[in-house]
Amino acid sequence: MATPPDPDYLRYRHRRHGMDHQRYAWSQLHEREPVAWPGGARVAFWVNVCVQFFPLNPRGAPFTAPGGMSMPYPDLRHFSLRDYGNRVGIFRMLDAFDRWRVKPSFAVNGAIIERAPYLLSALRERGDEIVAHGWDMDSLHHGGLTPMEETDLIRRSIDSLEEATGRPVRGWLSPARNESPLTPDLLKEQGIAWFADWVNDEMPYRFLTRAGDLWAMPLSNELEDRFILMQNLHSEESWVEQVCDACDFLLKEAAESGGRMLSLNLHPWVLGQPHRIARLEQALEYVTSQSGVWPATPEEILENPSFRA
Amino acid sequence: MQPDLKLYDYWPYRDRPRIVWPGGARIAFWVAPNIEFYELDPPANPYRKPWPRPYPDVGGYSIRDYGNRVGHERQMRLLERHGIRGSVSLSAALCEHHPEIIEACAELDWEFFSHGIYNTRYTYGLSEEQERTMILDAMDSIEKHTGRRPAGYLAPALSHSEHTMDLFAEAGGIYTCDLFHDDQPTPVRVRGGQRFISIPYSLEMNDTIAYVVNRIEPRRYGSMLRDNFDRLYAEGETGGTVMCIPTHNYQVSCPHRLAALEQAIGYITGHDGVWVTTGREIAEYFLANYYDSAVEDIRRKREAAGGDTA
Repeated sequence: MATPPDPDYLRYRHRRHGMDHQRYAWSQLHEREPVAWPGGARVAFWVNVCVQFFPLNPRGAPFTAPGGMSMPYPDLRHFSLRDYGNRVGIFRMLDAFDRWRVKPSFAVNGAIIERAPYLLSALRERGDEIVAHGWDMDSLHHGGLTPMEETDLIRRSIDSLEEATGRPVRGWLSPARNESPLTPDLLKEQGIAWFADWVNDEMPYRFLTRAGDLWAMPLSNELEDRFILMQNLHSEESWVEQVCDACDFLLKEAAESGGRMLSLNLHPWVLGQPHRIARLEQALEYVTSQSGVWPATPEEILENPSFRA
Repeated sequence: MQPDLKLYDYWPYRDRPRIVWPGGARIAFWVAPNIEFYELDPPANPYRKPWPRPYPDVGGYSIRDYGNRVGHERQMRLLERHGIRGSVSLSAALCEHHPEIIEACAELDWEFFSHGIYNTRYTYGLSEEQERTMILDAMDSIEKHTGRRPAGYLAPALSHSEHTMDLFAEAGGIYTCDLFHDDQPTPVRVRGGQRFISIPYSLEMNDTIAYVVNRIEPRRYGSMLRDNFDRLYAEGETGGTVMCIPTHNYQVSCPHRLAALEQAIGYITGHDGVWVTTGREIAEYFLANYYDSAVEDIRRKREAAGGDTA
């Protein structure tokens, strides 16, 4: 005989207009006031590069982050391949960004600062926008942490980056995009202005916390290199096609609906490989050569009057 | 548990009574956008976890919310451009959460069929009475918000019991999308003896199966849709077939996937002899014109093969 679920299984506590939670207002993209980008641009092109440390001895709480160790200890193959991205791959990517005049942001694990100080100082000299990306890829934010433990993780991540770059950190991307029920509240309390964990929109929107509003920035998971190449096992050619198709579509939609965003989340350990870097170059060349594309950082995007506090 | 619920009889795909769709069409083509609401914090079900990650599963929840915030409008306009009225597989609670979407679809004369209350509330483990309550709640709610009682059912998250078909037929439904055994409508046996049928809905053409389970590339999805159509269109000359594209506004409506869908839909609707229609219209036409001959043909073939005549 079947085990019945709880007798209250068919009670629906949040069945009402809007969302089933209090985190943001229900709003359809096409209903909003059109956004005007600088210079009449139609699509803001935001590239974010993840600079990550995957410990060799993950605890995996509450799970192992995508890209984390998957073989018995010591899983040197995956450990060193992830390091490859920060040693080799990222410099190929920086050259490509410079060549196509794209200004990426860098979401950096706090643990990177001690491990790759040269890389951090190179990014500081370039003046790129640095985004906090938690402590490392095995320090996930989740409901099993006490609020104090999670606050400490956030604080350490932000402090280490601010110290290394001498600039305030405004943005946040959680490792594996995982959150505890309190993460947005704690981020706001620690001075974060925007975060990019939620993938429910293609334009910035207001996210409510107990300490005031955060801006939720759209950073597509479906178009990211790791998702398409490593998880879906699509070809490199297909990744380029998908980026170009997305760009074409958004340019067309923006002509009728106001400014749109094309966001790419990239990993040096994926796209920085010798056999893949030309595909990144191809995608950057295509997107940046379209008229109406504005390569922009999160900071520049959020300066738009539509997103004023 | 039983080895087979005996919902339908074996019925070989040859020498069937010839179906001709309205206007002499050889294929009935319908698109079924799933418009779903997933809860951030649904109650536990002993048989199936609603989310793979612990609460809050930000990734799983937020991409589905993307479908309603961003994707729906895009897909609706795409279908409108190609003269297609969607047949919505609807989480009934969406009538309360997002009535704006319901109104926009109703304005285009789309069909709404039932897909349960939430896609995070499963049929598994419900008593017969509980399942009846859920089925009636969804039908009442959709009727209240759209003015028409739904005719079809796709069980929430494709979760079923042994009595799902019986209960839906008893509630006045006429078709199910839950069975994938055929490329034509077929009779489905229900305990009350109602004239109840299965309409081909297709798991293989379902965008979520293609993109999430089979992880295929967008352009390959487009070419699969065209190949699927080509064969069913060719076979439709000897007996009308049905092709369905089941979609999800959080999959097909991503900017990097829309071109593949639009090309395939343009290709399909560019042919003569395609009846661009809805699930309900297919069901009603089949019931009115072919149901009896199908039942008779199934019986005749079973007897000719020496099968039992019960």
